Amino acid sequence: MAGSPSRVIPGFSLTLGYSLFYLSALVLIPLAALVLKTTEMSFAQFWAVTTDPIVLASYQLTFTASFLAALINGVFGLIVAWALVRYQFPGGRFFDALIDFPFALPTAVAGLTYASLYLKDGWIGGLGPRLVTGVNGLAGLLGLGAPLEPTALDWLTFPFTGGTTGIVLVLVFVGLPFVVRTVQPVLIEWDPEYETAARSLGAGRFTIFRRVIFPELFPAWISGFALAFARGIGEYGSVIFIASNIPGKSQIAPLQIVTKLDDFQYAAAAAIGVVLLSISLLILLAINGVEQYARRHERAA
Amino acid sequence: MLKRKFLTLGATLGLVSLLGAGSTAAAADVRLLNVSYDPTRELYTQYNELFAAKYKKDTGNILTLEQSHGGSGKQARSVIDGLNADVVTLALGWDITAIERAGLINPGWEKKLPNNASPYTSTIAFLVRKGNPKGIKDWKDLWKPGVQVITANPKTSGGARWVYLALWGALANAKTHDFSTAQGQAEATAASAAAKDFPVYQNAEVQAQIADLFNNHVPVLDAGARGSTVSFAQKQLGDVLLNWENELWLARDEFGPEKFDIVYPSTSILTEPPVAVVDKVVDQRGTRAVAEAYLKGLYSPEAQDLAGQLHYRPRNLDALKKYSAELPNIPFFTIDETFGGWVKAQTTFFADGGTFDQIYKPAK
Repeated sequence: MAGSPSRVIPGFSLTLGYSLFYLSALVLIPLAALVLKTTEMSFAQFWAVTTDPIVLASYQLTFTASFLAALINGVFGLIVAWALVRYQFPGGRFFDALIDFPFALPTAVAGLTYASLYLKDGWIGGLGPRLVTGVNGLAGLLGLGAPLEPTALDWLTFPFTGGTTGIVLVLVFVGLPFVVRTVQPVLIEWDPEYETAARSLGAGRFTIFRRVIFPELFPAWISGFALAFARGIGEYGSVIFIASNIPGKSQIAPLQIVTKLDDFQYAAAAAIGVVLLSISLLILLAINGVEQYARRHERAA
Repeated sequence: MLKRKFLTLGATLGLVSLLGAGSTAAAADVRLLNVSYDPTRELYTQYNELFAAKYKKDTGNILTLEQSHGGSGKQARSVIDGLNADVVTLALGWDITAIERAGLINPGWEKKLPNNASPYTSTIAFLVRKGNPKGIKDWKDLWKPGVQVITANPKTSGGARWVYLALWGALANAKTHDFSTAQGQAEATAASAAAKDFPVYQNAEVQAQIADLFNNHVPVLDAGARGSTVSFAQKQLGDVLLNWENELWLARDEFGPEKFDIVYPSTSILTEPPVAVVDKVVDQRGTRAVAEAYLKGLYSPEAQDLAGQLHYRPRNLDALKKYSAELPNIPFFTIDETFGGWVKAQTTFFADGGTFDQIYKPAK
């Protein structure tokens, strides 16, 4: 580290020591304990637990739903960040503060709220029967009979009936702040004159976005995406309220861990956790690699 | 769920502060922690008042009773992991057996108190929407086309394990007894003691029927019994809820009797939630005498009446009779006579690879 700029900060070794202690106490030691717990099992047992079809299905659901949710947040989070930075509009500050809401709200409350919205008599889920009655009533007055089946709009309760849909919905909620908050500072620093320059050189809107703006945003965007994705993998509280939790179909991996714990199978729970962590780590490393590559590429360009 | 976590946290914090203050507190003041399962919150809040008042009258000392509630399995796990519970009052014998296996409770706890150490009982019954639109009157009606059944996951919920056993026993025509008479109770006890083989486990037809029920009639599986009540009553999912009788009464009182009817099937299981002193903890803390008196007091006429008031079935026949309008007598089969006790039932049905897991195994 000799000659590096960090030397100007006094007490460098103290801060480094503290950082290492902090990370070890909070992350490394518990992680080591988790891995150690699995050594209570033989490899055959470990393999049997982690490759059980029901457990495999739960990994698949967790990663698919988290990925979809992160993708949705990637697209819409970018749009939200853009709108908040670029446009002054009444209530803009309020909406900006609202973005952090999912951080503060206990996710179990979020799950319960979403669940009750899409109930058969919830605000949104209950809209179906009311709309059908209204349309049919109006048609009846006009002598057109009843064009809609009574159950025609029951799909509005989709988070309950659609399995993965509901899970993705709450994961989009809990992951909302990440992309917005990582992209926002870059956009604030960004000088709109680059766009003006590109336009004057004859670039179309899409080309400007694709060739000028997005490459600049990409490293921040992908870290936001990775954070939202990781958040989704670990989420438990909100999902169990909205998922139907049927084994092999709609049980997320964290629920599998809780199930094992409730049966006093500590080692089996740890085994599922270790596999979940390993897959997450690999994915996050890959995303980090992409980000690094993009940063280097950008600097070289 | 959240509230539950919060309460567990509260109890833990309470305990921490107790440990801190332990050395300075006056010797005469005693504290007890009762770790219990979800639906018993009201029962123990009221019983604690009753017992603390009696303790003060008898000894002149102040007894502070703390209670912690949550899913039965999770509560047992907390005790195994070091929560200093003086007594545990859980949903099923298996959870106390797990604490026993961890070396905290001495073997033979179920014989230390009368009636298999369960001072009150309950059963599994049905909650249906007002007027019973799907005509669900007995177990077989659950398989009617289009009927959706709400229950919790037996892997994570003690109540749901009793539901599973009730289904299995009722389908297999398990032998029942009349628990409203002393003679019937004596017969049941004798039959449990004499039971040697348990043919219900070999009933492949019952297993197929139950697999069909869970695959085709159960749309959601909540982690806990309370969660399934919320799914049925608040989220309005399904046509019938299978749950503890006391939980059904609670849901009916909470959400309004104009919304739901309680339906009793022709036979059901006698659910026996057991209680035990945590030997290792009481010996360490010197609270054995008061902990034992606390559990024994649950069999007193006052406590039995209180149980009846809160829709638990008292063991005391006079108290049971007093509440017979709300807790109608139906023939019951028992886990000991029908299934040979909790250890056997747990390993066959609910352990990994047991019959419940096979229901959801994807076809290869």
